[in-house]
Amino acid sequence: MKILVGYKRVVDYNVRVQVKADGTGVVTEGVKLSANPFDDIALEEALRLREKGVAEEVVIVGIGPADLTAHLRNGLAMGANRAIHVTTTEAVQPLTAARVLLKLVEKESPGLVIVGKQAIDDDANQTGQMLAALWDRPQATFAGKVEIADGKATVAREVDAGMETLDVDLPAVITTDLRLNEPRFIKLPDIMKAKSKPIDVIELGSLGVDTGDHLKITHYAAPPKRSKGVMVKDAAELVAALKHKGLL
Amino acid sequence: MSKILVIAEHLDGKLNSATARAISAAAAVKPESIDVVVLSDAPDAIAAEAAKIEGVSKVVTVARAENKHALAAVLAPQIAKAAAGYSHVFAPSTTFGKDVMPRVAGLLGAAQVSDVMTVQGSHVFTRPIYAGNAIVTVEAPSDHPVVATIRTASWPAAGTSSSAAPIEVLSLDVKLPSHTRFVELKQGKSDRPDLQSAAKVVSGGRGVGSKENFDIIYKFADKIGAAVGASRAAVDAGYVPNEMQVGQTGKIIAPELYMAIGISGAIQHLTGIKDAGTIVAINKDGEAPIFEVADIGLVGDLFKLLPELEAAIG
Repeated sequence: MKILVGYKRVVDYNVRVQVKADGTGVVTEGVKLSANPFDDIALEEALRLREKGVAEEVVIVGIGPADLTAHLRNGLAMGANRAIHVTTTEAVQPLTAARVLLKLVEKESPGLVIVGKQAIDDDANQTGQMLAALWDRPQATFAGKVEIADGKATVAREVDAGMETLDVDLPAVITTDLRLNEPRFIKLPDIMKAKSKPIDVIELGSLGVDTGDHLKITHYAAPPKRSKGVMVKDAAELVAALKHKGLL
Repeated sequence: MSKILVIAEHLDGKLNSATARAISAAAAVKPESIDVVVLSDAPDAIAAEAAKIEGVSKVVTVARAENKHALAAVLAPQIAKAAAGYSHVFAPSTTFGKDVMPRVAGLLGAAQVSDVMTVQGSHVFTRPIYAGNAIVTVEAPSDHPVVATIRTASWPAAGTSSSAAPIEVLSLDVKLPSHTRFVELKQGKSDRPDLQSAAKVVSGGRGVGSKENFDIIYKFADKIGAAVGASRAAVDAGYVPNEMQVGQTGKIIAPELYMAIGISGAIQHLTGIKDAGTIVAINKDGEAPIFEVADIGLVGDLFKLLPELEAAIG
């Protein structure tokens, strides 16, 4: 079985993102970029399935500008067999990403597609579900545990009420939650090895997907700030303050 | 004029209160009508609850055995079909809405607006990105239905109406897939208030130190009648189950009182509590970022302070 993994590059999760003063975007110049943490979890899960003998090949997919290559090399160093780089200079929204992935799914015929449940830049939480809809295949979102056997996946999902388990026929789309696994660290020899692994480059425009029906982002604003509060010196003072506010 | 369809979220035959928050957001669009659709194997009692929510024009029920569990792959084709004639389809941005709505959007070929915070116009909304570090204004195309999930912490629950809206049965000719099957749901059983709708929440973090130590958090929460939450660190460490996580990737909540105990306050956690009325932080590290957003801060050892607080409350 082949596993396709969505591997997005985002502003590093430790960066406190700043909105530009003119409201046209957020400051990304000179800001550290990293793999979307949920996508690292997706890749790690795929690698573990390959190591268990469930899958033979793990292919990562990135959509973005020419300099995305370095990011894809990281995914290859982590252990992916090869990468597909869909090139575009435009920002890609989830519906377009799902359509791109569908084209690649039709080309690659994977038994499983694993993507992060959300990217920590747009926080949309949509691409996996949209791909599953377009592909007309099952989805198991927010996965906390995945087992593959007999042509199906049994997935425990982190939901508001607790843990829900689904059985889905393969091929299927799985989106990862935080506790599915802990991604491995990249070792230096693997970085060297990754240099010889193949990256297919495909221009987004050549895939024939509709990209025009996007949401239009008209303004960026900083969130309203909570004003700094007061410090109290002991438990009695805290209780008095809360009683004063009518909260106790 | 806008006509809005709101997807009812429910579990064990009861309407989830997040639905009434999505109805508030629908009302903000100032539509001609707001209809609620209940998809279930036994929708009647849930529909009766939804019919009593203020602003609801009518409730439609889709009763099918396949709708016993909320499976996105089963529900989405029915919702996409039921959406015909509506300008907007809304659901709460809970794990239910987050799972099913993008699948609906995919079927309709529509972009989705996730986590609507405010309504600026029938097709213009604000929503958070970068863990709430930026708020964007987005305009949805007008040639497709607007598919949106509603950030529940940004909206009050719609009130109760004096007269119940009519309930209609809807039968949809949709072939449903059998490729997705429900196995089980392990629910955290608790007599405490529900984390997502509680007026008071007490959360513990890494500073609590262990699963056993978390008892001190439960005990204090019970003393003041609060729900219990946790930071990602506490969930990752196995102190508490995943459904208690508050933050960017957990629950986004807006209680009147939020007490962060032994939580340092990573931005991913803060995004889950920004809409709380009053934030109280107790942490032994006076430099912890949680104090930057706390309305009231107290530096000290939580194991010493919580019993003292209980005693002081009396």
